[in-house]
Amino acid sequence: MDQITFLTEILLPALMSGLVVTLQLIAVSAPFGLLLGIGVAVGRQYGGGILSPVCKVFVYLIKGTPLLLLLIILYFGLPSVGITFSAFTASVIGFILCNGAYNSEYIRGAILSIKDGQMVAAQALGMTRLQAIRNIILPQALIRAIPGLSNEFIYLIKYSSLAYMLTVIELSGAGKLVATKYFAYTETFMVVGLVYLALVTITTVAVNLLEKHVSVPGMIRGETSAMQL
Amino acid sequence: MDVLAILIDWAPYLLTGVLVTLGLVLSALGLGVVMGLPMALGQVYGSRPLRWIVGIYVWFFRGLPILVLLFLFYFGIFPGLGLGDVPAFVVGAVVLGLRGAAYQSQIFRGAIQSIGEGQMIAARSLGMSRLTAIRSIILPQSVRIALPGWSNEYPNILTDSAVCYAIGVAELLTRASQIVSQTHVTMPIYIATAGVFILLNYGGIRILHRLEKRIAIPGFGSGAV
Repeated sequence: MDQITFLTEILLPALMSGLVVTLQLIAVSAPFGLLLGIGVAVGRQYGGGILSPVCKVFVYLIKGTPLLLLLIILYFGLPSVGITFSAFTASVIGFILCNGAYNSEYIRGAILSIKDGQMVAAQALGMTRLQAIRNIILPQALIRAIPGLSNEFIYLIKYSSLAYMLTVIELSGAGKLVATKYFAYTETFMVVGLVYLALVTITTVAVNLLEKHVSVPGMIRGETSAMQL
Repeated sequence: MDVLAILIDWAPYLLTGVLVTLGLVLSALGLGVVMGLPMALGQVYGSRPLRWIVGIYVWFFRGLPILVLLFLFYFGIFPGLGLGDVPAFVVGAVVLGLRGAAYQSQIFRGAIQSIGEGQMIAARSLGMSRLTAIRSIILPQSVRIALPGWSNEYPNILTDSAVCYAIGVAELLTRASQIVSQTHVTMPIYIATAGVFILLNYGGIRILHRLEKRIAIPGFGSGAV
């Protein structure tokens, strides 16, 4: 069989169905990862004596554990204590926990970069703490956190490949199956790699546009990108 | 048999994995420096084609998931070069290192570019060659500036090293899953493994921070520039 037929009739259709699963994984994980990140960052910053340390320990544990080990615990470990997820659900939960923990660090950095006086002023105007966080602090902090958050989004695209280790046939998994069946490893994984490169590159361009779009004239661009992890 | 006894029984086997994991991480970090520093210099001071090649390299290795890179090299490129017998450990270390070089080159590049251009001009006007100026003026400063960012590579490579499980390197995670399939004790083994990773992670960061303090020049550092 020649290369062209292999590429157009076998590899690309297989990768297409894999790509759909990869996009589903990302589309489900990313919004919840962002919400978890906001929640943990706010909890850590304003949570007081109990919530704040809990958030801190959560971030500490998730950042210290390899994502693959976390996924394996969720899928292969938890059934032994009676909790069973499908491979897809386990992957999504793992991605949300990991993405949320890292996002929270960027958001917390951005919250810290906003002066205390704004909180004091908001409360002096009669806002509750929660209102001030929601209407004054977070809108500014999230804009400043965009460079860091987009980095994490790109990591999420790449780490979604680990779902294959839990038997989810996403992009890398689809590639692995074709490569093994037709014994064409180099070609297959180069093409798989190019698809990931395309996803990452498109995201980078989109994020740059988004950043320009939401930037507030005169407000200093976030310095969070300097503290990349 | 009770869980604690199993854990104690298998602890030596699991902990040997620490050496394998650290072997992966240290060789990857080393390869990353050896390749990343020249790449950074090439990107700042090199000719246009050289800058272009380094740019493509960085784009490629930063854009691909580590799992895909491992599969590509382990099943494709290494056997394709007639190196099919190379142990999975070597492939894992090389892939982590090649990818680390892409990330580290950008850390070094940022540090080199943060040093004022005037220093190069001044060094040249004192009669130094470009190479001498880079070696004696630019690098001693930029390596110190790069160190905090470089330290952040350690936890990244450590957590990524677990993906070498996919090609069967006998590191911590591989050993943990072997123990699980032997003993059918699941959660305690995985949680103990996570504990070992967390210890390695934060222990390593501590050591690196100490190193940062030791080689810092008072009044000069990432904050001062």
